[in-house]
Amino acid sequence: MKQEYTISLFTEDHIGILGQITIILTRRQINIDSITASESAVKGVQLLTIVVKTTNEMVQKVARQMEKLVDVMKVFVHTSDQIIYQEIALFKVTTKGLMSGNVIDHIVRAHHARILEVSPEYIVLEKTGHKTEITELLTQLEPYGVLQFVRSGRVAITKQVKELNSYLKEMDEANRFKTEPTLN
Amino acid sequence: MKTEHEKEQATLELNGQEHITGSDALLQCLIEEGVDTIFGYPGGAIMPVYDKLMDYEDKLHHILTRHEQGAAHAAQAYAMVTGKPGICFATSGPGATNLVTGIANAFLDSVPVVFITAQVVSGLIGTDAFQETDIIGVSMPVTKWNCQVKKPQDIPETIAKAFYIAKSGRPGPVLIDITKDAQLEKLYFKYKKCNYIRSYNPHIPLHTKAIESAAIMINHAERPLILAGHGVLIAGAEDELKTFAEKTGIPVASTLLGLSGFPSNHRLFTGMLGMHGNYGPNLLTNEADLIIAIGMRFDDRVTGNLKKYAKKATIIHIEIDEAEINKNVIVDVEINNDAKEVLKYLITLVKENSFEKWIREFRICDKTEYEKVIKPETKPEKGELRMGEVVSRISELTKGEAIIVTDVGQNQMYAARYYKFSHPNSLVTSGGMGTMGFGLPAGIGAKIGRPDKPVVTFVGDGGFQMTIQELGTILQYNVPVKIIVLNNNYLGMVRQWQDMFFDKRYASTKLVNPDFVMIANAYNIPAKKVLKREDLKSSLEEMLASKGPYLLDIAIEKEGNVFPMVEPGSSVSEVRLTY
Repeated sequence: MKQEYTISLFTEDHIGILGQITIILTRRQINIDSITASESAVKGVQLLTIVVKTTNEMVQKVARQMEKLVDVMKVFVHTSDQIIYQEIALFKVTTKGLMSGNVIDHIVRAHHARILEVSPEYIVLEKTGHKTEITELLTQLEPYGVLQFVRSGRVAITKQVKELNSYLKEMDEANRFKTEPTLN
Repeated sequence: MKTEHEKEQATLELNGQEHITGSDALLQCLIEEGVDTIFGYPGGAIMPVYDKLMDYEDKLHHILTRHEQGAAHAAQAYAMVTGKPGICFATSGPGATNLVTGIANAFLDSVPVVFITAQVVSGLIGTDAFQETDIIGVSMPVTKWNCQVKKPQDIPETIAKAFYIAKSGRPGPVLIDITKDAQLEKLYFKYKKCNYIRSYNPHIPLHTKAIESAAIMINHAERPLILAGHGVLIAGAEDELKTFAEKTGIPVASTLLGLSGFPSNHRLFTGMLGMHGNYGPNLLTNEADLIIAIGMRFDDRVTGNLKKYAKKATIIHIEIDEAEINKNVIVDVEINNDAKEVLKYLITLVKENSFEKWIREFRICDKTEYEKVIKPETKPEKGELRMGEVVSRISELTKGEAIIVTDVGQNQMYAARYYKFSHPNSLVTSGGMGTMGFGLPAGIGAKIGRPDKPVVTFVGDGGFQMTIQELGTILQYNVPVKIIVLNNNYLGMVRQWQDMFFDKRYASTKLVNPDFVMIANAYNIPAKKVLKREDLKSSLEEMLASKGPYLLDIAIEKEGNVFPMVEPGSSVSEVRLTY
C-alpha cells in the first residue's frame, strides 16, 4: 500500500549529491512531493528531507541505495506518525478584499497565521503547519484574491532520541576495526 | 582567508616538497598506488598528461587502444585477472563519452577501474566549449563515485580517495575528471593513501548473531544448496568456500560471474545457474529447503520468475552490499558482510555432514542433461561444427589452465557451460551489462594482466565486429591472445529468440561477413579458417602452440540454439532441455 514517507538524509556538503539522490528516485518512478536541503546541526553535514508517496518495500529499497552512495552518511525513513514536521507558506492577498469587515482578524486568529507586511495593495501572511492546514487556509483566502502563494518543503524532527552524532561515532568505531581492502 | 588546501600547500612549500605540475602529480599518484599499466587514448584536453607520460615510460606502461571503449574493457579485464584496479585514460568530450559503455559494464559487474578523463579548462566549463561534455553528470548513474578536479593541489587527495573507493566494499568504477588547467598548473606534491572516508564505511563489523542463526539452519537442513556468485572471487574466498562446502557436504551452484570460484570438476559442483545454466541447479533450486547465497544478487537471469522462485527454501543471503539484500528476493537471514569473513566464522560453527541422497538428484539431472544436450553439443559425429565441441576441445587441450574471455551471446553461454575452470578468476565475461564487443579488448587486457597464462577469447561474428579495430592494438603491442571466432553468420542469440518467440522471423540478424582471416592477416596476425570437424583439433593445437597472437575463424552450424533454457517469465524449474 502506498503512503507518505519522509526520507531524511545526512550527507557531505559536496556538489552533485542531490543529483545522485534524485537519480535513484527517478529510476524507480517515484515522484518527489517535497524536498528541503540545509546544513544540519553538525557543521559541514547537509540534511535533506524528501517526502515521497510509495510502498514500504520500495522506500526501504531506495533508502538502502541512497545510503550506499559514498557521500551519504546516514538515511532515515519515517512515516508521518514517527515525526514532528512542519511546512511554511506565505500568502500575498489583496488588502482591499481582506479589509472588508473583520475577516482578516478572524482568519489570522483561527489559523494561527502571522501578518508579515501590510501595504495599501497587499497583505503578506505567514502560516506554518501541516500541508492540509496550509491548503485549508489557502481555500479560505481564495475568495478575497490571492495574488501569490508559496509553500516550502517539509522539515521534520524525529520522535526517537538517537542523534546523528552517535551514528557518526559508531561509524568511526567500525572503521577502527578495518582491514586493508582485499581483492581476489 | 586561506582554505585548508592553501594552508597545506604553504606548509608543503616550507618543507621543501617538490613543485610539480598536476599531470606530473597524477602520474606519481598512480605509481604510489602500484599502477604499472594504463589503457587509454589521447586527445586535446588530456595532452599535458600524455606529455608527462613520456617521462615515466620505465614505470608506467601505456597501451594505446583503437577506441576508448576498448581501453575501458581492457582495463576492466586487467582488473579481473590481476586483482588490481584497472586504469583508463581518455580525453574530454567524445573521449569521455566513448567510455560510458565500459564504465557501465564495470559498474554492473563490480570491477574496480579508475577512469581518468580530461576536461576543458575550468574557465570554459559550462559554455559548451569545444569537446566539452558534462561527463560527471553523464557517468553519475554508472560510477560508484565520481569527482571533478579543477585545481592541481586537489589531485593527490582525489586520486587517493578514488583508489580507496574503487577497491573497497563492493568494488566498482570511479571517474576523475581533471581540467586542462589543473593538469598544467603546479602544486607542492605529497601523497598519502586514503583509508578512511567519514561518509563511507565499507568495513562492516561481523554480524555474528546472524551467522550463528545461519549455522543452526545449515546444521538442520536436509536439502541445502549453495549459490556462489562473483562476491566469492572478489572477497578472495575460494578456499573458504571449498572448505565450507566440503565440511558441510552441501552442493554448490554458481552464477555466470561466480564461475571459477569453485573448481568445475569438484564432486560437489553442480554447475551454472540461470537462463542457460545447467539442468540440475535450476530444477532443484525449487526443491531445496535451504539456500545459502554467497556474494550474488539474485539477478533476473538467475532467478527466472520470482513468484515461483525457491518457494520451499529458507534463504540465507551473505552479501557485502546492503542494497542488494531483499532487493529481488526476500530473504530469511541477512548477513551484510564480506563473504570471506563470514565463511571463516561459519566454518567453525557448522557440523560435518553429507547429503548423498540429495546430491544423487543432481547427478540424475546431470545424466539427463548429458544425454539430451551435452553429448550432442560436445561430441557430435555428423553435421556442421558446434560451439560446444569447440569450447570442450579447448577445455581439454588447455586442461583448465587458460583464462577464458568471452564476448556476449551464444559464444558466451557455450564458453561458460563447457569450459572446466580450475583456477579462480579464469573467466572474464560481461555479465550484468551483456556488452557485445567486450571480448576482443577484454582479451587484450587479460593477456597483458596475466602474460604467464594462455588467454583464449571466444567471440561471435557479430560482437567481434563491434570492436574489431582492437586488432590494431594486438598488432602494435604483439599481445599473444588467441582469438576464436565462433562464426555462424548470425547474431546467434537474438536469432535463437526470433526462432523461439518470434515465429522464426529473422529480422536483421543475418550477417554478411568479411573474410576474417584476411583481416587478421592485414594486421599481421596469423589466422586460419576451420570448416570441417576433422581439422578442428589440429587447428586448435596449432593455435595454442603458436607464440604470438592467433585467430581461428570457425564455421559453426548456422541455426544452433543454446539449451537448457529458462524462458523469460518461466520458473527455474520449468527449465527446457530441448526445443
